Amino acid sequence: MSNSKDSLFSAKNIKLLTTPLGKENPITVQVLGICSALAVTVKMQPAFVMAISVMAVLAIGNVIISLLRKTIAPRIRIIVQLVVIASLVILVDQVLKAFVYDISKQLSVFVGLIITNCILMGRFEAFAMSNKAWPSFLDGIGNAAGYGLILIIVAFFRELLGSGTVWGYEVIPQFMYDIGYKNNGLMILPPMALIVIGIIIWIQRSRNKELIEK
Amino acid sequence: MENLISIFVRSIFIDNMIFAYFLGMCSYLAVSRTVKTSIGLGVAVIFVLGITVPVNYLINKYLLVPGALAWLSPSLADVDLSFLSFIIFIAVIASMVQLVEMVIEKFAPVLYTSLGIFLPLIAVNCAILGGSLFMQEREYANVAEATSFGLGSGVGWFLAIVGIAAIREKIRYSQIPGPLKGLGITFIITGLMGLAFMSFMGIKL
Repeated sequence: MSNSKDSLFSAKNIKLLTTPLGKENPITVQVLGICSALAVTVKMQPAFVMAISVMAVLAIGNVIISLLRKTIAPRIRIIVQLVVIASLVILVDQVLKAFVYDISKQLSVFVGLIITNCILMGRFEAFAMSNKAWPSFLDGIGNAAGYGLILIIVAFFRELLGSGTVWGYEVIPQFMYDIGYKNNGLMILPPMALIVIGIIIWIQRSRNKELIEK
Repeated sequence: MENLISIFVRSIFIDNMIFAYFLGMCSYLAVSRTVKTSIGLGVAVIFVLGITVPVNYLINKYLLVPGALAWLSPSLADVDLSFLSFIIFIAVIASMVQLVEMVIEKFAPVLYTSLGIFLPLIAVNCAILGGSLFMQEREYANVAEATSFGLGSGVGWFLAIVGIAAIREKIRYSQIPGPLKGLGITFIITGLMGLAFMSFMGIKL
């Protein structure tokens, strides 16, 4: 637990924010939250909106759970956590429907599936239940950012190779198509998301030898 | 009747929970080390999906959709409670899992010991909530259709997890590049299995 004398951005707190981006990445190392991650990575915009939604739910949820941690009876904690998550997800869903309706249609059931995203329960259990509100907030932001990072990397490659666009803008010039370049339709199909993540894990682990499984 | 079979087959092969929508990946990756445990989890998923999807269908139809409360009194005809669906679905799933656990413990102790720890895990399996949300989105016509969709999705999930577990048991003896061991290769194999399952896509039902 962090010392109360720690300043708001002490080295320890900054570490909470940065380790989930690499060494403790929720998707590639902790294997959390893959369920809803892959289906939204065909294009970059939905992936980005999804990442922001998860960040909002995870950061706010972590703070709420951490504030409540002394009053929650251990036996009913899962129900309490589910109620907190479900209420936050309803809020996010309504906000998305109000402001970015098209993207919320594309995300379809996957906004609702944030509820059963293992990252949330995983972080609540592993961190927020035993830490103060501010570190929990940073932990939430950090982990959601690590999740979002992978989402956006996967979406970047799938959109670039699959549709020839980045963030909805054409980037492959017309003459490339004229001389016979074709978009790779395979990248848009669901199985390619899994293979792209497999390759990201491969690259990450060959750079950090200590992550390799025995 | 034909319609029911077509929904059933469709949800097993074409709209497979794992290969087409990646639902339930967390437990799929965590519990697929041996065939035996994966069969246990797979059966539990079929069971719970087969129960929660029809229950949520009824709740959705008679309580949540716009105008659903009209059967109570005409003055409630324009009430729209659909924004509550997430929280209600997850509550139904959590309590159903609890209920199923108690019933099995009482009447089928052998099954209970073999399903064991998997039942409580299922409450937070994305495939279960995903089943209910897809059911809501696709607007099935009656309870029978929703049930056959639920069971079919469960069977599809079962096939996927047992398949990957069998492959992972064998692959332990292969020489995989170090960094790809474990998680990495599992992702890639799942991707390849997904490609294989896509060959069912052209089938018109």
